[in-house]
Amino acid sequence: MEYTYAVARIRSKEVSLLSAHTIEQLISSKSYKECFEMLEEKGWGSGEETQQDVEQFLMVESNKAWQIVKESLNHDMSALKVFLYENDFFNLKAAIKMVYTEEVDEALFIQYGTIEGGDILRAVQEQNFDALPDHMAKAALQAYETLLHTSDGQLCDIILDKAALEAIYNAGKESKDELIKTYAELTVASSNIKIAVRCQLTGKNIDFIKDALAFCDTINTDTLARAAANSMEAIYDYLLTTDYAGAVEALQTSASEFEKWYDNLLIDKIRPQQYNSFTIGPIVAYLLARENEIKTVRIILSGKVNELPEQSIRERLREMYV
Amino acid sequence: MENLGIVYALIGAALASLGAGTGSAIGVGLAGRAAAGLTTEQPNQFAKALILQLLPGTQGIYGLLIAFLVLAKIGLLSGGTAAVSAESGLLLLAACLPIAVVGLTSGIAQGKTSVASIGLIAKTPEQFGKSMIFPAMVETYAILALLVSILAVNAIVV
Repeated sequence: MEYTYAVARIRSKEVSLLSAHTIEQLISSKSYKECFEMLEEKGWGSGEETQQDVEQFLMVESNKAWQIVKESLNHDMSALKVFLYENDFFNLKAAIKMVYTEEVDEALFIQYGTIEGGDILRAVQEQNFDALPDHMAKAALQAYETLLHTSDGQLCDIILDKAALEAIYNAGKESKDELIKTYAELTVASSNIKIAVRCQLTGKNIDFIKDALAFCDTINTDTLARAAANSMEAIYDYLLTTDYAGAVEALQTSASEFEKWYDNLLIDKIRPQQYNSFTIGPIVAYLLARENEIKTVRIILSGKVNELPEQSIRERLREMYV
Repeated sequence: MENLGIVYALIGAALASLGAGTGSAIGVGLAGRAAAGLTTEQPNQFAKALILQLLPGTQGIYGLLIAFLVLAKIGLLSGGTAAVSAESGLLLLAACLPIAVVGLTSGIAQGKTSVASIGLIAKTPEQFGKSMIFPAMVETYAILALLVSILAVNAIVV
């Protein structure tokens, strides 16, 4: 497929991405109100959200990013399956929980997936899981029945998370684009690391851990599962032998430091796309950059609302794409 | 075959316009897609984008020029045909090859460079002058090939 038109459009939009300088201005703003207004001046939100409506405000930005990508690609988003699957599983998780708790709110669905959130909800309500795409149907049935019979929300999440990771891994393998392949691999690998650490901290047994981990190329899940069943030190020792040796220091600090390490790694991987004009890479990079930007703004706004010192907010921040 | 010289010369003229014309069509097409993308988001950049889109279009003109020179040389433009030996015809064909081949490759390369330059002005419109230089550098080689083809065609006596 030809991406020259789409990349030129996205290139124009990159100008409005928040730079490190703007982020610094946001951190230095005197109050949450001033920070929020500064973002509005930059064109964030739809102008209808109140300052208390942060999640809606950020959701508008996420939708704007998806909308411009969709238009640029002439509504053919098949090359971005790896991201759409993530949204599908987010919606599926929400739909199963809505049906289980009988509290339906379709506004919680992410708009951009391979199937509408409302259709997923109806499939779950009618227990017609065959109506779901192949990559979701089996896991949806298993997760729904698990939640129904055990009321264990965590187990339900684990089933869906693993299915999501498998779908992302397969979409990455199918893709011809190197950046999408890298993104899929990094997503699965980093999720495996997080799962292993969480399982270690909660003392899960090796069978449970093996079930929760998803196959990927850069991590041997059997070895990681054995390490996670053993000790945190064993996880660190194993990771030092992989491509993710840099994660150890972050993990030793905190889980949020690991998230930050991973986000920065991803930004480093996508940065060369600023100079690529012909593949889907810059479009993928734009989506990830906007996601990173929204995450960063959420951290700043949350820091401002809680009146955290500037330095404390700064420590949590990610690197920016531009 | 009596008219073999004319056939060789015509093949040369055809190759010159085909090769260089195809190079330009691909180059202008590529740059046009990028220009459309930029203009969608920044309509005020239309003129700059159009200039960058047109830069790979010159190869097609060079090919046409050489084709004209060859056709004039063999008398086709004046209604008749000159007596062209097979040897002269082959020489004319060889003279057309530089612009045919370099026109094709440089047209595509220049189109890609124009696309990159359109990306450059999408982010920094004030750098338009510099953005023109990069695709213009590719033009150098199309001009060199054009020169060789002109000199060679002119030097051949039919």
